[in-house]
Amino acid sequence: MRHHLILRVITKLLVSSIILFALYVQFHGDFSPGGGFQAGVIMAVAFILYGIVFGLEKVQAVFPAWLVHKLMALGVLVYAGTGVLSMFLGYNFLDYGAFSPDHPSHGQHWGILAVEFGVGVTVSGVMVAIYYAFALRRPAISDEDW
Amino acid sequence: MVEMFVDITLFVMLVATAIAIVRMRQLFGVVMMAGVFSLLSAMLLVALDAVDVAFTEAAVGAGISTVLMLSTLTLTSRIEIPATRSPLIPLLVVTVTGAAIIYGTLDMPSFGDPNAPAQVGVAAQYLAQSPEEIGIPNVVTVILAGYRSFDTLGEVAVVFTAGVGVLMLISGLRRRRRKPDNESRGKTS
Repeated sequence: MRHHLILRVITKLLVSSIILFALYVQFHGDFSPGGGFQAGVIMAVAFILYGIVFGLEKVQAVFPAWLVHKLMALGVLVYAGTGVLSMFLGYNFLDYGAFSPDHPSHGQHWGILAVEFGVGVTVSGVMVAIYYAFALRRPAISDEDW
Repeated sequence: MVEMFVDITLFVMLVATAIAIVRMRQLFGVVMMAGVFSLLSAMLLVALDAVDVAFTEAAVGAGISTVLMLSTLTLTSRIEIPATRSPLIPLLVVTVTGAAIIYGTLDMPSFGDPNAPAQVGVAAQYLAQSPEEIGIPNVVTVILAGYRSFDTLGEVAVVFTAGVGVLMLISGLRRRRRKPDNESRGKTS
């Protein structure tokens, strides 16, 4: 898409706000609709949009495939690690009360935040990885073909 | 009254989109219409006050899956080949399945029924206890990440497994090369 000037300018403007919105959905999920899953998808959309408009090489320079594959696993690790940490603190698996024994509801907030972060990381990693897997198969459709 | 009008309009548009998808031969248009279908479903879910589900439907159904379908389209043909066989048997199968599904819905509780299984189970308890126990305003988040945390862990594992599966099938990632000092140097096993 070398000569789609409007698309390129709009994409550059949009990508940052999409990422900001993803972060808002991620960390404001306790108070407003949304959570890790939606935030992960929106975050992935930002990179996929960039990849569609500017090409796979450009987006992989920012967000390389090896990093995406690591992030997929990291999210699950963060989630399960939260549970293991609460076990180490002497509570049940994923019992968030462990993180703040004096104020159980604070511990719940922290636990939910950590767990949602894990969900978001895994989901965005998986979505971007699937997009890379498809896009790598064959060069993008040339401009005339659309 | 207004709500009913909105619902009926959305459902009519859903059906129109579905018919358009069936009749179209240009697969690019079909993918776009599938995105429209998802967006309309998301609007219906908003009308039902299920904002979190609507959010997911809009992001996944209208956003990501449209992109993935488009990427798939680049690997296959752009135009659907017309079927040569008679459509009678598929039509029969679809009609029977549809009738069975409609028959199944007859047993379901009516919309907003306070005695529905979803209302009388633990849901009321969650709604009553979550302000004191957890104190997060969005009860959906509380249930997903708090009370039902084990389920969500399983869900994340499923998403991860699906991603790994897709990578193994189509990414073309090869196994790591053996060490360069090995004799089988340069072989991509």
